[in-house]
Amino acid sequence: MKVPSLRRPRMPRRLRFPYLPRPGLALAAVILLLFVVAAIRPSLFTGSGPTDGDLLETLQAPGGDHWFGTDQLGRDVFARVVHGARYSLTIGAAATGIGVVIATVWGLAAALGGRFVDALLMRTTDVLLALPPLLLALMVVLITGKGVVGVTLAVAVSAMPGFARVIRGQALVVRRSGYVSAAIGLGVRRWLIAAWHVLPNTLAPLLVFATVTLGISIASASALSYLGLGAQPPTPEWGAMLTEGQDYLGQAWWIAVFPGLLLVVVVLAATVLGRHAQARSDGRVWS
Amino acid sequence: MHPAIRPVALRLLGAVLVIWGAATAAFGVLQLIPGDPVNAIVGTHALVGPEQRAHLRAEYGLDDPPFAQYLDHMGRLATGRLGDSYQLQQPVWSVITDQVGPTVELALWAMLSAVVLAVAVTLVTSGRARWPRRISSLLELVIVSTPPFWLGILLLTVFSFHLGWFPVADTGDPRSLVLPVVTLALPIAAVLTQVLREGLLTALEAPFVLTARARGSAEHSVRARHALRHASLPALTLAGWFVGTLLGGAVIVETVFARSGIGRVTLQAVADRDLPVVQGVVALSAVVFVAVSALLDVLYSVVDPRLRRRTGMAAA
Repeated sequence: MKVPSLRRPRMPRRLRFPYLPRPGLALAAVILLLFVVAAIRPSLFTGSGPTDGDLLETLQAPGGDHWFGTDQLGRDVFARVVHGARYSLTIGAAATGIGVVIATVWGLAAALGGRFVDALLMRTTDVLLALPPLLLALMVVLITGKGVVGVTLAVAVSAMPGFARVIRGQALVVRRSGYVSAAIGLGVRRWLIAAWHVLPNTLAPLLVFATVTLGISIASASALSYLGLGAQPPTPEWGAMLTEGQDYLGQAWWIAVFPGLLLVVVVLAATVLGRHAQARSDGRVWS
Repeated sequence: MHPAIRPVALRLLGAVLVIWGAATAAFGVLQLIPGDPVNAIVGTHALVGPEQRAHLRAEYGLDDPPFAQYLDHMGRLATGRLGDSYQLQQPVWSVITDQVGPTVELALWAMLSAVVLAVAVTLVTSGRARWPRRISSLLELVIVSTPPFWLGILLLTVFSFHLGWFPVADTGDPRSLVLPVVTLALPIAAVLTQVLREGLLTALEAPFVLTARARGSAEHSVRARHALRHASLPALTLAGWFVGTLLGGAVIVETVFARSGIGRVTLQAVADRDLPVVQGVVALSAVVFVAVSALLDVLYSVVDPRLRRRTGMAAA
């Protein structure tokens, strides 16, 4: 029974959380677009290369010539950060993509493969979810070795179990629908049903979830690089730049602070877009 | 079987399955690693002849077929023997017990600060005015999007290098714990606040709040004593996730602040391919996860008496 509230009625639930101002959403989209452009064409933003050093201008503070200062080898931090967008965005997006693909196969197999397959796959998912994501990622890096490819796979694997659950849940709902029963009744093959009827109808919530995860994936990938397991110096990957810059925190804070700042901006923009997509999709499904 | 035992037995079985699965996964991963494990044992001492290598292989049981190694490994794990570290020349068990102290200290302080901060912020920002909630929401969003290693570096830059308030590295001084705890606690507090506030705002619309108000309870008492309890249930569900992030957070925080602890041991073991240590850490994480889940079940029924009755009815 709903008792009328004494308080002033509030906004409907889905609009209340998270609070996102409209200009914030547009700003997030523009920022993300700028970073994508920087990743494709870094020369549009900076004239110097990521490894062009000038040993006469080491550890220069941010100023007119060098907006973000220079590092211990006289390399322009702004140029390095711009060129680094390519690594961080590509690794994050690729990891999310690979995670989604593995999880789609995994989740659909669990939902449609019968009780035994479902139990086996979902108990495995439980085990993977029981382990801390970073530990899972570290175990993958053990197999692949250090480097960009290893880190991409590591982030993909640590994101996969969460995706797989979403897809299985959605696929179970779709399976109970009339058109799937009809297809089964008509004797259509299982994998065909999965590919033709179930997959398209699980995609929307999956893509929303992937958008939400994109920011987390970018952050996790640079964390692994920061730990020395991903891109190696002199690659201008943001996490790797932070490791290099940390040795100079006392003299030149800008080497480590700016790559991290851009990382925060990208992750923030991706999170804002992801949450917006999630709020909209929740509204569509539930209201 | 007695009806009351059944759910407990099922839980125990589930717990054993998770630990077994994690240990199996770790074993499988380590089998997939390319290269000779003896290289990890001898490390940089390249001047090890084939005879010594053969001897080492036999000593660590690396010549047995994989399935025999697996059974042997599981058997030892079941009796609590984790084997010897390849690199540190001591049993894995003592490596872990030596290093777990600082990490637990860090994690407990971080958890405590996060909960206190989240509860305080939630209570303050759940009032009728909208702007505190908006500001806090925005801050939470920024903090959640900030990678912890950068947060740590930023805190180090400002408070250690420029203001000199806290030591740069772990000196045993209690002040050296402050920045690591803040780094680990802030992201958790941000997520926790979001969940708590959402729960609190929903609970404040429930009939029992109207009853409490009708009885003349003050606003702060309605929020802190009646509504917060309901809001804490979804937050408890996240606690398992928090414990998982604590180990990952420890790896990062211990690296940023050059502290010793289980996070550093894990990272070093991965870098050195010190497989027994990795297996030990995986087993430990699985055990912690299972223990926390069990603790949460108890906590649920403490916080929400309705659950006690419901499980009682389900078992009958």
